[in-house]
Amino acid sequence: MNLDFAFLTPQILSSYVLKGFVFSLQLTLVAMLGGIALGTVLALMRLSNRPWLVLPAAAYVNTMRSIPLVMVILWFFLLIPLIIGRPLGAEMSAVITFTLFEAAYYSEIMRAGIQSIPRGQVAAGYALGMTYGQTMGLVVLPQAFRNMLPVLLTQTIILFQDTSLVYAIGAYDLLKGFEVAGKNFNRPVETYLVAAVLYFAISFSLSMLVRKLQQRIAIVR
Amino acid sequence: MSNWDWQVFCKDTIDGEIVARCFGGPGDLTYLDWLLSAWGWTLSVSLLALLVALAFGSLMGILRTAPNRGLVLLGNAWTELFRNIPLLVQIFLWYHVVPALLPPLRGVPSFILVVLGLGLFTSARISEQVKAGIQSLPRGQRMAGLALGFTLPQTYRHVILPMAFRIVIPPLTSESMNIVKNSAVAFAVSISELTLFALQAQEETARGIEIYLAVTALYFVSAFAINRVLHFVEQRVRVPGMIGGGQ
Repeated sequence: MNLDFAFLTPQILSSYVLKGFVFSLQLTLVAMLGGIALGTVLALMRLSNRPWLVLPAAAYVNTMRSIPLVMVILWFFLLIPLIIGRPLGAEMSAVITFTLFEAAYYSEIMRAGIQSIPRGQVAAGYALGMTYGQTMGLVVLPQAFRNMLPVLLTQTIILFQDTSLVYAIGAYDLLKGFEVAGKNFNRPVETYLVAAVLYFAISFSLSMLVRKLQQRIAIVR
Repeated sequence: MSNWDWQVFCKDTIDGEIVARCFGGPGDLTYLDWLLSAWGWTLSVSLLALLVALAFGSLMGILRTAPNRGLVLLGNAWTELFRNIPLLVQIFLWYHVVPALLPPLRGVPSFILVVLGLGLFTSARISEQVKAGIQSLPRGQRMAGLALGFTLPQTYRHVILPMAFRIVIPPLTSESMNIVKNSAVAFAVSISELTLFALQAQEETARGIEIYLAVTALYFVSAFAINRVLHFVEQRVRVPGMIGGGQ
């Protein structure tokens, strides 16, 4: 079998792959920001001392973490139209699913980050007359984010790789772009290879950056 | 949302008639039959992939702690390669690309290819854990082994690995549960496992919620069963006086 990559010209790439690439990046970015925000709320709920806050948050996180992501994607794709009463595109459904799903994983990271801050700091915040919101927002969370930054970014790399699973509901992402191009030009072997190389290049260079960042943070602390 | 209709599982997959005992005969399947066989495929893919992952993951993890730069490099390259490509892309590589590039693999059933794909993907994570487990042991253990006249392989076999493997059982447990969840991607290459069942049965019966609930429950049960088995193993192999042992 001869490999022939000549058909993958810049025009072909931009008309087939670029759209999917942009969507994968958007999905990753939105799910990361939304997931970290929601995950922080979930983490604070789990660390509170009110059972009516702890139990729902724990149930949510544990449920999400024990179901395969593909099934979660299918569940939301099935349920969202039933709840809002009209069909929602695969892309929009994917954005909602990934934000809510990743929130569970980010919340576990944030929980560990918050727990890594000595209790005395919370007491000190209260002793200075700060409210709960001020203590968390000004004292605890900034340090928790900083300590957990490498782990949060590593989770984001995993999230980027997992966006390929929107294949299950047919959303047009990076992998789909390569797949369609491969089908149209009858060169699936080449397009899957290029897709793999591209995913590898992005994930590997990001994880190298995270490693660098980790060393810098470790030295400063 | 409409009412529950759990009888959907008693329906025949061809004519949609409800079968009296919910189980069909040979050549005449109900959705319940199909669900159970799909569960069997999920379990087979997961367990075989776990074996592949344990074998390659342990080997690569050990190589990464060997006093030889070439072996360390090999182990590192292996881990980075299989960790930085999405699982679904790896499955497609095994299914579409590998048989095209390596003619001897052309007739291999897709089940085997998926097991290899999922297994090698997970081996990268296991190699990280095995490496960390070995490195968490005091360096003196390796030195003591060598000082007693053990060769390097003997030191690994009798001194380092028995402790390192006990240390990595908890992370291996969560990785084994991940394998069950990750086996869901096998639907993409038409393995008739739980997720493919969910997709197809949902389409045929329009009872998506009942179908998805059953499938989700079976994933949950499978992962939980693996968790209990490995927890039992962890208890059995505990060394008194070490990490959590001898209570």
